[in-house]
Amino acid sequence: MISFLETYGAQMILKTWQHIYISAFSLALGVIVAVPLGILMTRVKSSVANVIMSIASMLQTIPAMALLALMIPFLGIGAFPAIIALFIYSLLPILRNTYLGMEDVEPALIDAAKGMGMTGWQSIIKVEVPMAAPVIMSGVRLSATYVIAWAALASYIGAGGLGDFIFNGLNLYRTDLILGGSIPVIILALIVDWLLGKLEAVVTPRTTQS
Amino acid sequence: MSHLNKTYPGGKVAVKDFNLEIEKGEFVCFIGTSGSGKTTTMRMINRMLSQTSGTIKLNGEDIGKMDPVKLRRKIGYVIQNIGLMPHMTIRDNITLVPRLLKWPQEKMNERAKKMIKLVELPEDYLDRYPSELSGGQQQRIGVVRALAADQDLVLMDEPFGALDPITRESLQDLVKDLQERLGKTFVFVTHDMDEALKLSTKIVIMDGGEIMQVASPDDVLRHPANEFVENLIGKDRLIQARPSITTVGQVMLKDPIATTPGKSLTDALRLMHDKRVDSLLVTDEAGILKGVIGIEDVDYNFNSATSVSDIMEKDLFYVQSNSLIRDTVERILKRGLKNIPVVDDKHRLVGIVTRATLVDIVYDALWGDEAEDEASNNIHHEEDAAPADAKGGETK
Repeated sequence: MISFLETYGAQMILKTWQHIYISAFSLALGVIVAVPLGILMTRVKSSVANVIMSIASMLQTIPAMALLALMIPFLGIGAFPAIIALFIYSLLPILRNTYLGMEDVEPALIDAAKGMGMTGWQSIIKVEVPMAAPVIMSGVRLSATYVIAWAALASYIGAGGLGDFIFNGLNLYRTDLILGGSIPVIILALIVDWLLGKLEAVVTPRTTQS
Repeated sequence: MSHLNKTYPGGKVAVKDFNLEIEKGEFVCFIGTSGSGKTTTMRMINRMLSQTSGTIKLNGEDIGKMDPVKLRRKIGYVIQNIGLMPHMTIRDNITLVPRLLKWPQEKMNERAKKMIKLVELPEDYLDRYPSELSGGQQQRIGVVRALAADQDLVLMDEPFGALDPITRESLQDLVKDLQERLGKTFVFVTHDMDEALKLSTKIVIMDGGEIMQVASPDDVLRHPANEFVENLIGKDRLIQARPSITTVGQVMLKDPIATTPGKSLTDALRLMHDKRVDSLLVTDEAGILKGVIGIEDVDYNFNSATSVSDIMEKDLFYVQSNSLIRDTVERILKRGLKNIPVVDDKHRLVGIVTRATLVDIVYDALWGDEAEDEASNNIHHEEDAAPADAKGGETK
């Protein structure tokens, strides 16, 4: 263990960093695209929303490996195509939860907000998004876990990350390398999930004094 | 507010050729069954829905040409599900519209305090969240939220439908009181006739998107426009309401025994004897009520006076034939009068109300349903029994 760390410690920190940033970028892109899109879906006809949701679901069914491989002819290899692929994966849970969360906001509240003279924008920012925030956040959490796990596969198209350890270990039949890659991935996923859980509690609007 | 006129054709007719004028300070109730278009109509006033044709004018200004957001900030809005923002404190909820209007913070705080006082809740409730209040308290906040930005017009859509009867009643009192005190105009949608009768100054009864009747609560009870309105009011309420809406003219005994001032006391006494009564009303030739004489007066003054005019009591209590029984009953009972002459607009004697008449009224009110047949015959048998009944006992 000690000797493993002595040999691979520096490399591990680098790979972990790569892993984090690939995941973080994909997730951030996912949030930036999926949350507004999900909100927009509540403002268009439900048939349009269904079409968008079907497309997102369809993208989700493409095997991760295949999607990553598909990136190569279009975007080459490296971190960038990996981020795009993972971003596509992160979309669905966030999109679905945003849409459902927004749809779930009590119609009476939206009616009251509008009836009292809020603009559509004010209603979204001041009423609907705060009310839907916990559901949206749990979508983000779910996506984060997926993205971190699948980022390990990104090493396959030369994006780096902890996947490098795992694939090397598989090729060389070295258990210590496999573990050295997968354990940090698990720990990373757990920590991020815990942090996002905290964030979820923060964005959940207070409804009582205590 | 003037001249609401909306037509709503199309596939499904929700509101059909609706014409209504609402004066400032009125409390207007829209009442009808589900799907009668009452909520639809109300929601067109603040442009939550838009009409297919027709115009709505607020203070003479066509609301169709106003910015809907600005319009809604000028109109209070209370809905059945209360619609308080669960993630905002009571203070923030109350000052929601003022905040949209960008009032200074200080003014908003002041207003929040004033408003919570208005609904008789303690000031420290301002920092609570809606979920920490009872349903009734929440709707109180819902009501003042609609007043916090000095809205002159308040729309309410079945605001108390979800509350228990006791809470509902206290909120009705509150709203009525606020409306009267602040002189605001209320448009109130309900399907509860008791609520409408209690609160409104004008009731708009709707069915199938059309107005069935527009009238004051009294008029609705007294003259239901058609069968639908009668059914909506309900038989029980109509019967109960009868004493309160029947006029004296409808129940009085006609042909009271009367004499003229010029007659001698002997004539008067003979008339009393013939008709078996103990007092006589006195009218002049034109039938104008002049006074009353009782048997005691005749007995007392038989030797000193000669004509009826000398001894008649000029200062007597009488009622108008078109005044309401409701008011009359109370006065008769309070004064302990045995009977009261009834006069028309020109002060002509047209009838008399006796305690026996009152018995019939109370009887009808209590057992109106069973006694309906008899009730309709009342007038006849009262007339038959009139002389004996009317003047049977001693006079006042």
